[in-house]
Amino acid sequence: MGVGIDVEHLNAWYGSTHTLQDINLNIPANHATALIGPSGCGKSTFVRCLNRMHETNPIARATGVVKMGEVDIYMDASPVEIRRRVGMVFQRPNPFPTMSIYDNVASGLKLNGFRNKAILDETVERSLKAAALWEEVKDDLKKKSGASLSGGQQQRMCIARALAVDPEVLLMDEPASALDPVSTSKIEDLIFQLKSQYTIVIVTHNMQQAARVAENTGFFLNGKMVEFSSTDMIFTNPKDKRTEDYITGRFG
Amino acid sequence: MATRIKFQLNLDELKERLLMMAGMAEQAIQRSIEAYRTRDLSICELVFRSEPAINRLEREIDQLALDLLAMEQPMAIDLRFILSVIRINADLERVGDQAVNIAVRVREMGAFANIDLPVDIPRLASLSSAMVRKALQGFIEANAELAQSVLAMDDQVDEMNDAAFTALSSLIREKPELTPQCLNALIIARNLERVGDHATNIAEDVIFWVRGADVRHKSSVA
Amino acid sequence: MSVNPIQNPIPSAEDQGQLRTPMNFQTRRMRANSMRRYVVNNLVTGLAMLSTVLVVAPLVAILVYLIYKGASSLNLAFFTQIPAPVGEVGGGMANSIVGSAIVLALASSMGIPVGIAAGVYLAEYGRGKALAMAIRFTADVLNGIPSIVMGIAAYSLIVMRQMHFSAFSGGVALAIMMVPTITRTTEEMLATVPHSIREAALGLGVPKWRTVISVSLRTASPGIITGCMLAFARVAGETAPLLFTAFGNQFWSFKLNEPIAALPLQIYVYAISPYDEWHRLAWAGALVLIVMIMVSVTLVRIYAGRGVLKGAS
Repeated sequence: MGVGIDVEHLNAWYGSTHTLQDINLNIPANHATALIGPSGCGKSTFVRCLNRMHETNPIARATGVVKMGEVDIYMDASPVEIRRRVGMVFQRPNPFPTMSIYDNVASGLKLNGFRNKAILDETVERSLKAAALWEEVKDDLKKKSGASLSGGQQQRMCIARALAVDPEVLLMDEPASALDPVSTSKIEDLIFQLKSQYTIVIVTHNMQQAARVAENTGFFLNGKMVEFSSTDMIFTNPKDKRTEDYITGRFG
Repeated sequence: MATRIKFQLNLDELKERLLMMAGMAEQAIQRSIEAYRTRDLSICELVFRSEPAINRLEREIDQLALDLLAMEQPMAIDLRFILSVIRINADLERVGDQAVNIAVRVREMGAFANIDLPVDIPRLASLSSAMVRKALQGFIEANAELAQSVLAMDDQVDEMNDAAFTALSSLIREKPELTPQCLNALIIARNLERVGDHATNIAEDVIFWVRGADVRHKSSVA
Repeated sequence: MSVNPIQNPIPSAEDQGQLRTPMNFQTRRMRANSMRRYVVNNLVTGLAMLSTVLVVAPLVAILVYLIYKGASSLNLAFFTQIPAPVGEVGGGMANSIVGSAIVLALASSMGIPVGIAAGVYLAEYGRGKALAMAIRFTADVLNGIPSIVMGIAAYSLIVMRQMHFSAFSGGVALAIMMVPTITRTTEEMLATVPHSIREAALGLGVPKWRTVISVSLRTASPGIITGCMLAFARVAGETAPLLFTAFGNQFWSFKLNEPIAALPLQIYVYAISPYDEWHRLAWAGALVLIVMIMVSVTLVRIYAGRGVLKGAS
């Protein structure tokens, strides 16, 4: 089951650049929330603050409170613990090239010391089914390398890999931007099926995708969150003129 | 720097066509009332002959709106604009239909004696037309307040229509031989009251477009 | 027909009736240009092939010559017996072969871990830090130190302390020579690992150290192994560092803190000696040394290649 995320006064810096300015929002559990905005507005940075991946860059830092359920992810837990509860899917599929499909999907468990073969088998099958990839790869699990699949399949495998560790939150940073329309459509269907079990946050450049997939949408601009509301309100009657200018494309 | 130039040009064209449609519908009403005043059957024929052009324009506007929805993925205010254009388009076409109905009634009345009736059709017509014009002005200016004021005018039209009903029905009771003229006049008054309703719809659509507020069906049932 | 298609793009009725071959559309100048391009292309291709031959030829020449000079001396005795006393016929270099293997094993066991660890530090942990720059600088300097100086250094540090020559000191000298190559190669190979897969592992909640081992090193391992092989091949033939450390031994020796025979060392001793018999053995030894290096490099390649899956690069 998913968990809600509360963000209060989140600020982030890359070196001396103030990339996120006083972000406050509430991401509801078991829903899909989309974050839209022009390039460089901070939405990817924001999402990376939710699983502390922001910190992997030595010149990055963040202040503020991010609570996942009752846990303050910066104060009450280590980055590694948080990242086991929050899965992440990146813009370009990034399978481990030296590992088979099976090993890729199981890597979250195996690399954390988990060895029980029966449970690993069951987890791999369950995750690949959840990612709608099982039928296509079930005969080649251990024979084919993760990097030998097509782009859309690789991305679904990365989703399966993220799901295998049974996270509560799934962060997706433009998951379909490198994919063709058919693969994109499959991934959107996937999100639709998954959101009842996980809390999904999806960053996207594609507004129509946000509209198709998410119940709530937040609009970011220049490091600030301008408007956050239900998706249908944002796209039919936004409150802020800047939001309207962006979504109608009159961003001159 | 303007963006979405093609889209903006298409939206402007949609607006122009709708205004052309409005002009044609209003002209039809004017002609039908002129035919009533003068009982000139050639004017009735003119109204009938002008009807197909209105229908054709309605189809064109609908097609253009549909294309824009499919091709340009309009959002927020653009989406509301196109949706209200589609609705206003339908209402204007029906205003044209009402003009035809009035002209039909006038032609019917031509078979009977021309008597003075206790109902001021031209005044009712000018009020309804004024409503339509004001609603469309609201559309041109994207002025929701102007459109809002149209909603209040509908009450007056309804009252006039009710008064006409009362007056004409008592005249029928008094002088049954005048029944055909009275009934036709009643129907004409009713048609003009419907024109007022269509004007109200147009005003509501303008408010929806400009404010994003759906104010339909909020006024009391007359 | 010198119709220039640029100036007169629409062929006349007369032209349209003719058979259209490409030549009809080219001016003389265009044809001359393409002729020249063709010639230049072939010339450069030829030069490239010639360069390849020039590079490979010395290796082939050396091998052929060694086989010619040394193959006749290879017999069972060569591989099983220790050297015969001066003047006697027969004997072999068995102890040198085994000794080399022992010293190289020692050197590898010390040099490879240190080199890889330093490479890992430089690539994964030390980016931008001053210590990393110092390590890189040190590695480059070490790389340039003449091998005899390396031998002297090991001599002063170990042999003089222990008051005797030993296989161990030889191993240390060779290990120090292996480290810079392995460090630099490891660092460069780790740098080719795309950052995206490191992020994938970190995003799964894998701690950094585990990410380095199971993802970065694993992905870069073909390149790292190549680097280790390069270092191994280089030190396998080094003689100078062993002069004052392993020192050489006429007899069997398996103890690490005693002098030990080594193939390059023994070849050197035999080669500068006045005895024909020993010269013969030296040629054979040189051939064996080169073959040993080539075989071990090939074996490592095969073994490292076995784990590769279908479709992985």
